[in-house]
Amino acid sequence: MEHAPLLTMRNITKTFPGVLANDDVSFDVHAGEVHTLLGENGAGKSTLMKILFGLYQPDSGEIRLRGEVASITSPTSAIEQRVGMVHQHFMLVPTLTVAENVALGLPSNRGFRTDLDAVSERIVEISEQYGLSVDPSIEIWKLSVGERQRVEIIKALYRDAELLVLDEPTAVLTPQEVDDLFVILRQMTANGTGIIFISHKLHEVLELSDRITVLRNGKVTGDTTPSETNRQQLAEMMVGREVKLAPDKPHVDLGLARLQLRDVSVKGDRGTIAVDGVSLDVHAGEIVGIAGVSGNGQRELAETIAGLRPAESGSSVTIDDADLTKAGPARTRAAGLAYVPEERMKDGAVGEFEVSENLLLINHGDPKFRRGPLFDFAKIREHCQRLVDQFSVKTPSLDTPTSSLSGGNIQKLIMARELDSRPSVILAAQPTRGVDIGAAEYIHSELIEQRNVGVAILMISEDLDEVLGLADRIAVMFEGRIVTVIDREAATREALGLAMAGG
Amino acid sequence: MSQFFTVSVLVATLATAIKFAVPYLLAALGETIGQRSGVLNLGVDGIMLLGAFGGYYTVIQTGSHLQGILVGLGIGLAIGIVYAYVTVFLHAQQGISGIGIFLFGLGFSDLLFQELVGTPKPIRPLPTLDKLPGVGGIFEPLVDIDIVGPLLFDHNLMTYMAFLLVPATTWLLMKTTFGMNVRAVGENPQAADSLGVSVAKTRLIAILIGSSLAGIAGATLSLQLAIFQHNLTNGIGFIAVALVYFGAWRPRWVMAGALLYGLVTATRIRWQSLDIIPQGASDIAAMAPAIITILALVLLASRVRGPAALTRPFSRH
Repeated sequence: MEHAPLLTMRNITKTFPGVLANDDVSFDVHAGEVHTLLGENGAGKSTLMKILFGLYQPDSGEIRLRGEVASITSPTSAIEQRVGMVHQHFMLVPTLTVAENVALGLPSNRGFRTDLDAVSERIVEISEQYGLSVDPSIEIWKLSVGERQRVEIIKALYRDAELLVLDEPTAVLTPQEVDDLFVILRQMTANGTGIIFISHKLHEVLELSDRITVLRNGKVTGDTTPSETNRQQLAEMMVGREVKLAPDKPHVDLGLARLQLRDVSVKGDRGTIAVDGVSLDVHAGEIVGIAGVSGNGQRELAETIAGLRPAESGSSVTIDDADLTKAGPARTRAAGLAYVPEERMKDGAVGEFEVSENLLLINHGDPKFRRGPLFDFAKIREHCQRLVDQFSVKTPSLDTPTSSLSGGNIQKLIMARELDSRPSVILAAQPTRGVDIGAAEYIHSELIEQRNVGVAILMISEDLDEVLGLADRIAVMFEGRIVTVIDREAATREALGLAMAGG
Repeated sequence: MSQFFTVSVLVATLATAIKFAVPYLLAALGETIGQRSGVLNLGVDGIMLLGAFGGYYTVIQTGSHLQGILVGLGIGLAIGIVYAYVTVFLHAQQGISGIGIFLFGLGFSDLLFQELVGTPKPIRPLPTLDKLPGVGGIFEPLVDIDIVGPLLFDHNLMTYMAFLLVPATTWLLMKTTFGMNVRAVGENPQAADSLGVSVAKTRLIAILIGSSLAGIAGATLSLQLAIFQHNLTNGIGFIAVALVYFGAWRPRWVMAGALLYGLVTATRIRWQSLDIIPQGASDIAAMAPAIITILALVLLASRVRGPAALTRPFSRH
């Protein structure tokens, strides 16, 4: 008789008011395999995993663990039944040590007193077995993102997890760290652990998975293996229509340098140098991509260019020869900058504002929207309706609160507002982070359109696929410096990955 | 000025500073535990006032200091239950809830005082070691030792308890599973919750420890002074909250803050009695401890980071 799968989720249905989050989803994982769950935001992956981890109860359907019907009512009961989860946003207490984080929630051998020496011993054993080297006595805040992830995995292994869910584990890692992670995961499957891998990075999914299940709108739309499929097919299963993964880019002759950065140094929030002597030109008709793991000065650099953060003396920022080194955001925008910030809900739009108000955020002072001392609301509506139509922002109305739109539509709204200002330079930070494939495709084509008509575009992105797909030149940032600038034709994923890690 | 820098005056000033520091220290240690769990309690002063009255009234009725302190503890515990219910289970804003507790304590302690006592009656103060019934004789020779005697042995039992609570609080926070849960819940409650640590239970217990100590601090104050009056604490509870920030949420530094505060207060009183401070400037001098605290906070606050989840109610979704 064949072994029962480690996990079987059968005919799972879960509804929330107005939303069918999981519609008759069946999914299983065998011991020793990596089974990937692939799907866009809102496809139902997280709901399914929250059901598995006891945070939600399904409306119908059953969960079996090792062939037996299981009732998982809370994260604690999931852990007791040897289900582990590495959340996308790490569940670690930064001020506690590695050993304390691992021991948290577990009874101590010494009763009321902690027994961290014993915990540390076990951690060292586990680290040696899986090559997860980490010092148990160090506080979490002193660790790199990759090391923190190892602590999360150790936490699950310490609790004897047989089934491990990894929610977008590679989103925050350098390519080298991703390779290291995959080695660790393969070692775990070799020892019989079953792994559920959640990701939307298609090449990683194809590299790591034994099986792939694709979800769309709460339903299973594909069940396949890497040898039977490819990136194009997977993307289409996710989106439900044909998609262009690599946008077409016609040749454009380079114009003059429109954005010029000279020896730009900037202090970060903690008062230490975050950007260290960056010099870069972006010419009319080109997209320069800044690749790098976030936290290496990209955000500070973007804020300085946008006039939101002062540069150190000796720095120089110019757009079309206008010196903007000491300019605030108003003068910088007047000089021709459009800015699509990294945190769209914090810096890009006001969540409580209506769609039309956000569309008007940068030019509500324009005389054409005025009648005497008052707003001319008819003109404003006309203007906003045109932008919404032109950029296909899906919104019930112009009066809808912006925060109720999807991430992709909010990003399209911001793009509409920024591009309508007819900029000479576009600064786009993480333009498609957390945005569905359809909206990303659209945003990419808009950026290329702007490039083709002679706008200079500086795009900051952590997503190497995005950088490789869009950029004409690629600059890699590491610890505040630009460590290399490569032409797209000469760039390889490996070389970029190495540069991103400072190598 | 020179009459201040004599050994006997300095020693007496230091001994007074230690005594003054006790109510601050007790309240601030309790608040440290509460804040480490992510709950700010601005009602400490109100709890202290009620504890002070409860302790005072109990001593009037029974003559027992121990019972007075225990009543202070009980009052703190009872108000802690209310505060925990409102802030942890109903997710109310901590700042405003704490101010509500303070105003309740301020008004209700005075009302009870007017109704039950009326005109101030002095009580027997907390006895120092050498005056303890039965065992006092053992300590008498110790108190007479030069310098060390007045500094270390001329105190009441609550003083020793307060200072012993400093290492005890550190031990509780750093070496026990409960303390680890408190620190986790104050820093990243989501993480603690995902591992099965009950955020609500941990915060409830931390609040109860904190409010009980505030009640004890209040009772200790009125029993030390041997009196009760309207607004007896005069803001001690608020200073105690400030001392937690001053001490960067570490019991040892909180103790240093309480001692500094006691020392500044003791010095001011001594200087006034020695006419070092002119009569007209006494009101300004009375502000010295507060000003020093504010300065210290301004200088320190930008350097230390408190519990990340401080004042944030926790709910799963």
